Amino acid sequence: MNIKEAGHLLAGIITKCEAEYIEAHLEESEASHLTYRGKDLESVDKTGAVGGNVRVLVNGGWSFVSFNNLEDLETKVKQAIEQAKFVSGGEAKILQYPPIVDKTKAEIRQNPVNIPLKEKKQILDEYNQVIWEVPKLQTSVIGYADGYRKYIYMNSVGSYIEQERADVTLRVGAIATEKGEVQQAGISLGSRGEFSAIKGLHNQIRDMAQNAVKMLSAPQAKGGEYTVVLDPILAGVFVHEAFGHLSEADHVYENPQLRELMTMGKTFAGKQLNIVDGAAVPGLRGSYKYDDEGIPAQKTYLIKEGVLTGRLHSRETAARMKEKLSGNARAVSYRFPPIVRMTNTYIEPGKTSFKEMIADIKEGIYVKNWYGGTTSMEMFTFSAGEAYMIRNGQIAEMLRPVVLTGNVFSTLKNIDAIGNDLDMNEGGGCGKAGQSPLPVSNGSPHIRIQRCLIGGK
Amino acid sequence: MEEILELARKFAEEAEVYTVSTEEAPVHFEANRLKAIQSKQSTSVSLRLIKNGKLGYAAASGEIDARKLVDIAVETSEFGMPAQFSFPSERNFPQVNILDPEVETVSIGEMIELGQKLIDPVLKSTEGILCDAGVSRDSVTLSVANTRGGQAQYKKTTFGMGVSGTLVRDTDMLFVGDGQESCHPLRDTKALTDIVLHQLELARNTAGVTSGQMPVIFTPDGVVSAFLPALMSAFNGKTVLLGASPLDKRLGETVFDKRFSLFDDPTLDFAPNSRPCDDEGTVSRRTALVEKGTVKNFLYDLQTAGQAKKQSTGNGSRGRGGLMSPAPSAWIVSPGETAFEDMVKDIKEGLLIEQLMGAEQGNVLGGDFSGNVLLGYKIENGKITGRVKNTMVSGNVYQILKDLAGIGKETKWIGGGVCAPALYCANLSVASK
Ligand SMILES: [Zn+2]
Repeated sequence: MNIKEAGHLLAGIITKCEAEYIEAHLEESEASHLTYRGKDLESVDKTGAVGGNVRVLVNGGWSFVSFNNLEDLETKVKQAIEQAKFVSGGEAKILQYPPIVDKTKAEIRQNPVNIPLKEKKQILDEYNQVIWEVPKLQTSVIGYADGYRKYIYMNSVGSYIEQERADVTLRVGAIATEKGEVQQAGISLGSRGEFSAIKGLHNQIRDMAQNAVKMLSAPQAKGGEYTVVLDPILAGVFVHEAFGHLSEADHVYENPQLRELMTMGKTFAGKQLNIVDGAAVPGLRGSYKYDDEGIPAQKTYLIKEGVLTGRLHSRETAARMKEKLSGNARAVSYRFPPIVRMTNTYIEPGKTSFKEMIADIKEGIYVKNWYGGTTSMEMFTFSAGEAYMIRNGQIAEMLRPVVLTGNVFSTLKNIDAIGNDLDMNEGGGCGKAGQSPLPVSNGSPHIRIQRCLIGGK
Repeated sequence: MEEILELARKFAEEAEVYTVSTEEAPVHFEANRLKAIQSKQSTSVSLRLIKNGKLGYAAASGEIDARKLVDIAVETSEFGMPAQFSFPSERNFPQVNILDPEVETVSIGEMIELGQKLIDPVLKSTEGILCDAGVSRDSVTLSVANTRGGQAQYKKTTFGMGVSGTLVRDTDMLFVGDGQESCHPLRDTKALTDIVLHQLELARNTAGVTSGQMPVIFTPDGVVSAFLPALMSAFNGKTVLLGASPLDKRLGETVFDKRFSLFDDPTLDFAPNSRPCDDEGTVSRRTALVEKGTVKNFLYDLQTAGQAKKQSTGNGSRGRGGLMSPAPSAWIVSPGETAFEDMVKDIKEGLLIEQLMGAEQGNVLGGDFSGNVLLGYKIENGKITGRVKNTMVSGNVYQILKDLAGIGKETKWIGGGVCAPALYCANLSVASK
């Protein structure tokens, strides 16, 4: 049985059941991966998966059943309903939405999974060659992945939405060593299924590999507070980690203190700061037409002119907080229930040029690129892939990569310049509650932060 | 499985089929209340074959079409790496106890009760705290068979529980929590909640830190968050093969403190990561990675071992999509001789770190780390005086582990993957604002 046949069967079952609210997902996916370590293509694979889930709300409690055989769907629905009785008496509820019946396409020229392995290998071979031409390089790591997913959302109110999406990611890393010292540099890229996005990167990859070598002789930053300028990639990670996660309503809705802290209308930053999240922004890795609860995608201003104006919702958090739906409920696969997630998150561009931004910095740090980032709500840390001193308004010597950390609230207030050069980073994947990596994009123009804490010697 | 193997044999010299079926039943509490019950079932099959001496691979979960699986594996083998090994023909494995049928008899009702017992004492202790808790019972059935006659199959049960608390005051947030896992059902909620209550007690006051060099104690959880990312990559046979591990070429050298020993051990009875064999049917064994400061071995799967001209250590692990690579089973750091209280007493001004955030983001390969103290305390004149905030700790894993001021004599399991004592470092760089 394919998911189309199973979908019609399942829709018939859930619309007949007596439960407050039932939704179901079915999914069929395929993916391919190519991995290089060192000079050789280490592994190539193609995988396929089929599966689905049923989620039931009964008297304020959720029950979730996932499966990957499509037989006997009625028993699975019954199991979910039975199981829900144990949780009833809770406070879960959802916002209803008029039923939607629709079908969307992936809008790509070619399914990336079907592009011959030979063609993928050829491009990656070229990139690897570029890296290996750089002297002092110890090794390289390349990970390419693509995927294509067809999925069906349905609920007991009569929604039936068939969607498709494709995804391409490329991570390229170079490792340089000398006298027991190891340094690494990397880039990540991605697209919403368009394979051409990873073509023609030879120069970018050469620069990256040369940077790994240069870092070997770079000094480590002296730990402490600095005026820091972030490039669009790292600023995008910052906005995702530091503010995006805090805007996810599921962190906030059951927490009275956090609710108080995140009151709409509160001023968080200077007037020049605008932060947006939205799957309705087209063509990016976090874009879609409907979220995994069948709600149309939107574009939400989280911060407008420095003031908190919106947050990200699922049906449940919107109902509990009595706020508007935002279309941000997402699941990485059928094995998980949808939760509140980001989509495409970015700082809108301002007016300052990069030159102006660094002009009056006597001693500061320019940070570029990223290794990763984590957040614990109030605190964040993120790692720059590249760092330079700024001295007397000029970019000066290279530093070892640095880790930046801070309190979200004071850091947002300390943003005092926003560049005019918005750029989106599509290489990221977000993890939350065991669901990782979720395709997202984030971006920003260059930004300047005063008094930012840098780890170091 | 037999069918896939038979079919693959027609197209390739060698083949291996790996299947894994899991049933998971987690119960979630959120914001002090029972929130959701889940049950998850999945089955997946991976096929690895050697055709014209090269490795091919395919995997599927859900509907399995044997013919399609074989076709894809044959297609990928055209680009595959030359196989540097033969599949093991082992059919007999040592007894490692990892199945307790009692796990599957724990009812949803009992699991809900346990969750409530995890939350109640924490809730009672601290006004305004929000607790999440989880109790889960899982079972996994795994089998691997190959055309050289090798065959292994086992079933494992695991039971886990955990509780965490978040306390928000103005813009200050405190996170506490702990968890436990076993192949037996767990019932002692008090052991866990006592740890969390102790964390809350210590964090009641906050204490200021001045930037500079100072002694730092890492609790077993702190050891995991600060040191593990670097060690895991350094001892991975693949990193070593690529020459990217700082321990490459240092086999047999004393690189660490003479009191520091580290083992990978999948043979401990009822430890959640234990197993009779790895994911490619190699017999499980205890592997010394560091013995009394000396680097003894690295972790290998069959292919990496073949390339490096070593033996597989039984650490073949199926990662994302089921691809094989070496990975630790359970890491055991040997206890030392210093009592925890004595470490604390020894410090005039320093830190006790329980959770470091972001240490895995730095130059992991080189061992440099720099992390924000998510949960940690100030020590003054031999006493823990309060929680520290806005503080970063930086150092190099190899420099620290070369010369430790002390190793704790008590060890603790963190999740199912690590068992470690506290580590006492004489001098670390701390930045604070
Ligand atoms: Zn994220």
